[in-house]
Amino acid sequence: MEQLMQQVVSGLANGAIYACVALALVMIFVSTDHINFAQGEMAMFSTYIAWQLMQWGAGFWPAFFIAIAVSFVGGLTIERVILRPLHTAPVLSIVVVFIGLLAICNSIAGSVWSYLIKEFPSPFPKDTFGLAGLIGPHQFGVVLVTIVVLSLLFVFFRFTPLGLAMRAAAQNPVSARLAGVRVDWMLALGWGLAAAVGAVAGTMVAHIVYLDPNMMGGILLYAFAGALLGGISNPGGAVLGGFMVGVLENLVAFIGNAIEKSFGVYIIGNGEKLTVALIIVITVLTVKPSGLFGRVVVKRV
Amino acid sequence: MTTVLEVKDLKAYYGQTQALHGVSFELLEGGITTLLGANGAGKTTTLRAICNMVRTEGDVVFQGRSIRGQATESIVRLGFAHVPEGRGTFTTLTVDENLRIAAYTRSDKAAVKRDLDMVFEYFPRLRERIQQQAGTLSGGEQQMLAISRALMLGPRVMLLDEPSFGLAPLIVQEIFRIMRRINTEAKCSMLLVEQNAALALDLADHAYVLETGRVVMSGPSDVVKNDENIRKSYLGY
Ligand SMILES: Nc1ncnc2c1ncn2[C@@H]1O[C@H](COP(=O)(O)OP(=O)(O)O)[C@@H](O)[C@H]1O
Ligand SMILES: [Mg+2]
Repeated sequence: MEQLMQQVVSGLANGAIYACVALALVMIFVSTDHINFAQGEMAMFSTYIAWQLMQWGAGFWPAFFIAIAVSFVGGLTIERVILRPLHTAPVLSIVVVFIGLLAICNSIAGSVWSYLIKEFPSPFPKDTFGLAGLIGPHQFGVVLVTIVVLSLLFVFFRFTPLGLAMRAAAQNPVSARLAGVRVDWMLALGWGLAAAVGAVAGTMVAHIVYLDPNMMGGILLYAFAGALLGGISNPGGAVLGGFMVGVLENLVAFIGNAIEKSFGVYIIGNGEKLTVALIIVITVLTVKPSGLFGRVVVKRV
Repeated sequence: MTTVLEVKDLKAYYGQTQALHGVSFELLEGGITTLLGANGAGKTTTLRAICNMVRTEGDVVFQGRSIRGQATESIVRLGFAHVPEGRGTFTTLTVDENLRIAAYTRSDKAAVKRDLDMVFEYFPRLRERIQQQAGTLSGGEQQMLAISRALMLGPRVMLLDEPSFGLAPLIVQEIFRIMRRINTEAKCSMLLVEQNAALALDLADHAYVLETGRVVMSGPSDVVKNDENIRKSYLGY
């Protein structure tokens, strides 16, 4: 029982990371209808920036905040410079651009910092943090940081005029323009915020998965699954979906271990948890294509 | 009276298709001008062209200065409020958010508050529905919301695209009554596009009739309204 609790809680910690990346995906999706396949690699790149800053002597938190700021500007710039000219391009060209972006991030990171796996520090004090027997200090810290970031974003989108303008621009760009909103800038801002949230995810997860140019591959998949599970058009749903996938994958491994222990047969374990988690997600989506919390817009004419 | 908006030889294109072939007309300060014409005549396109939402040639002069080629957002910020065809509701936002986004560009908080009170006085129903998702409003309520969003911009000129479309006669009467009040009380000039000519001619002081992207007839509303020949040949009633 205690082990089960542990698995669930540590699933929440992984889920927090997926939730951040899922939210980043949704932020771009709601205003462009595109999935940014490069989101994970952008986050990885941000994490290297933080690592480099620490190599140059910065503390964890200064490096963390600078990396977020740089990522924000970077995301904004990518939208303005690379994607802006492609606004009317067919979907496939944009997909190709995303994949190109992914490859570029990956190979630049590889050539600048090499493909060698690096350790990434945790900023959370080992002895005073965490809940003994339930969750380790770093995982606990990750959950806290994520909750703070997600709450800040919620407040921003819900209660500030700029947040409202971004939502309006995503929902109905033509009407937003007619309200004087600079829709193009809102899009760029969305990219900046998505990159910044990705940076949070990357710098938080790097201590767990270690730093290397391919560190975000699996995480992007989980995040994507989480976003779809929760409802790709609904930020809140995507966040919940991210957490659910995190818990789900741990439960899969836990149940697999339990079966192996009591029956002596190995069916599923850590190796298969991604597969099984994704199968569950796909099953849910077959039944409910808009995701568990997907927004069904009520319309009357 | 001075001219607030002057449209000169306006042409508009959708891709290779030309939808306007040199439309010219003017709108007087504080006046209401109506553009009439059958379906497909180019009325909506004219409003879109004024706001630079389609590719255009020709000139649009607002308070003596050309605004052609400026971004739609900038034109809106100059004082244009476009109530679009189909009402343009932000369906997933609440009524309150729909109204607040319209005041997004304004920094004069006190004036925004006044305008919000004015909106609720014109359309008390919107106050009752303030927290409701705007997509769930009835057609008439969404039209009221669209006009209210336009008001919240604090505009000099309102461009209205068939505000009567698809609504029950009683609701239409109510909305047109409010439009007259807005015109005098908010000192807002109006360019009104309508297929319902009788209705529009009652409200407007000047009328222009469009046919396949050209002005084929124009004059003061009472003249147009009372000239049976014009009505029969151009307005079909
Ligand atoms: N988005 C569009 N793409 C191509 N042609 C269009 C588009 N919108 C309107 N048109 C064409 O432009 C002409 C004028 O249309 P419109 O301005 O909508 O007329 P009205 O508002 O008077 O009914 C019509 O021939 C119509 O088919
Ligand atoms: Mg029309």
